[in-house]
Amino acid sequence: MHLLAIDTSANASAALLEISDPHNVRIIGSFTSVENNDHAEALAPAIQMLLNEATLDGKNLAGIAVGVGPGPFTGLRVGLATARTLSFVWGVPLHGVMSLDAICFDAVRSGVESDFIVAIDARRKEVYWARYDVTGALLDGPNVTVVEELPALPVYGSGAGLYSERLEATGAKVSEEFRQTNPSAVALGTRAAQRLAAGEEMLSSEPLYLRESDAKVPAVMKGKLL
Amino acid sequence: MATSTSKPLILGIESSCDETGIGIVRGTELLVNAVASSMEEHVRFGGVIPEIASRAHLNEFVPTLESALEQAGVTLDEIDAIAVTSGPGLSGALMVGVAAAKALALASEKPLYAINHLVAHVGVGILDGGKLPENLGALLVSGGHTEILQVNSLADDVVLLGATIDDAAGEAYDKVARLLGLGYPGGPAIDKLATEGNPKAIRFPRGLTMPKFVGTAEEPGKHRHDFSFSGLKTAVARCVEQYLKRGEEVPVADIAASFQEAVVDVITSKAVRACQEHGLSNLLLGGGVAANSRLRELLAARCASAGITLRVPPISLCTDNGAMVAALGSLLVTAGVQPTGLKFSTDSGQPVSLISLPA
Ligand SMILES: [Zn+2]
Repeated sequence: MHLLAIDTSANASAALLEISDPHNVRIIGSFTSVENNDHAEALAPAIQMLLNEATLDGKNLAGIAVGVGPGPFTGLRVGLATARTLSFVWGVPLHGVMSLDAICFDAVRSGVESDFIVAIDARRKEVYWARYDVTGALLDGPNVTVVEELPALPVYGSGAGLYSERLEATGAKVSEEFRQTNPSAVALGTRAAQRLAAGEEMLSSEPLYLRESDAKVPAVMKGKLL
Repeated sequence: MATSTSKPLILGIESSCDETGIGIVRGTELLVNAVASSMEEHVRFGGVIPEIASRAHLNEFVPTLESALEQAGVTLDEIDAIAVTSGPGLSGALMVGVAAAKALALASEKPLYAINHLVAHVGVGILDGGKLPENLGALLVSGGHTEILQVNSLADDVVLLGATIDDAAGEAYDKVARLLGLGYPGGPAIDKLATEGNPKAIRFPRGLTMPKFVGTAEEPGKHRHDFSFSGLKTAVARCVEQYLKRGEEVPVADIAASFQEAVVDVITSKAVRACQEHGLSNLLLGGGVAANSRLRELLAARCASAGITLRVPPISLCTDNGAMVAALGSLLVTAGVQPTGLKFSTDSGQPVSLISLPA
């Protein structure tokens, strides 16, 4: 039983997982781009390679898990457009997973001792973040704010590395091991497999943008000229 | 899988601006032209907001694909190849269509062509009257672009003769409509109001028509066949301001008519001159502004007096759509052009010389 996992909330990533035993998910193949702006180029060829190497027909997948963000919009949409289309053509179920859950999964596996925060870059001097408990249950978020608004807890993820000094100034503790970690398709897919096995409800594939489009109604539309 | 290349069954995908388009053609026959537009969502902004357009593309893609396949009565298995707009256009918008197209090609194991949006506006001509004539020029006028092309061969030789150096013509319509309080999209609103106004009431500037830009046929100036509409837009704004300052009522219909005349005059005269100087005896009109009544009227008149045969596809094929992408894809498959594959990037400034991206 195979699951294809896709996340593009940071760098493009994809993984093909064997999930028959949810407590022993095996990685058949995985891909993570080293660039942060090549989602539309790199993702589809990577998925094709994963399937070819496994000589697996997409129609035989048990499902597709996709990270629904939060993350920079353009990259995020590449993953969602890809996952939705693959799901439609192959006729396999699509499951949404909040992207920060992927880092949470890795953090819990590495051992956490208290509530903690997962944060990734949201650009514009902000981070996308969420608060979890020691079991990995989501307590708060996802949010998008400056790091000064984060609770003073251990912080995991690339958002922590990016703003480590400012975070430490607020009393938060930056996880050294995770300071460059982005959501990975492997962790996202593994988490999805366990949730599916436990019969938990999954998210839809609606993107979590957390920000409006920023479009402003021009002055002349409001009755002012020039 | 079908292998007939004489009448290939092609699915085309368009997402370069605010229309999510899926078209299916068989050879030169149009089977379906499904379009979902996010235009309504841009109305209060008076122009296309790229982020809003991109969000809409993501939501509309699969439903539009599903309905296109259903309306055409074909399955993905029967499709010979998929074509997608890779540029030019809004980068974030292109990215959604390209990602979806790649996934579609990958999942259905079909060849994928990354296609030039501007050339597709010409290629659509085959769906209305079949094979395109020799000595063909194209005038493309829309909210996103304004170009004159020389089409030597749709499969491998298209040359850009002229283009706007600032705003697109349709963009100028939108901005002027905003100034005049006519709402969005500006083209239809101005076109309608212009019929009640005097096109000679105000003499607005014709961009890039001064001798230093135009030169002569023997020694063409730098912008002989190029357009500029930003000066015109500013002139309209100044004009409206003058009336307001004097506390007079703004003669909206006269301004609309005079603005429209300035746009249409410069577009048609430059297009006809470019055709004459490049030996192009046929002209195809494309782009959303092809719906403009005055543009069609004046272009038809000027082409007729210059001995140029004008061809205007139905308006549903002139505005951005997936059928035009499929039509160009069909031409490329028939000509034996190799598919692009899955590794290409979008190119928001894709030149017309890149009709489809190489593998
Ligand atoms: Zn167009």
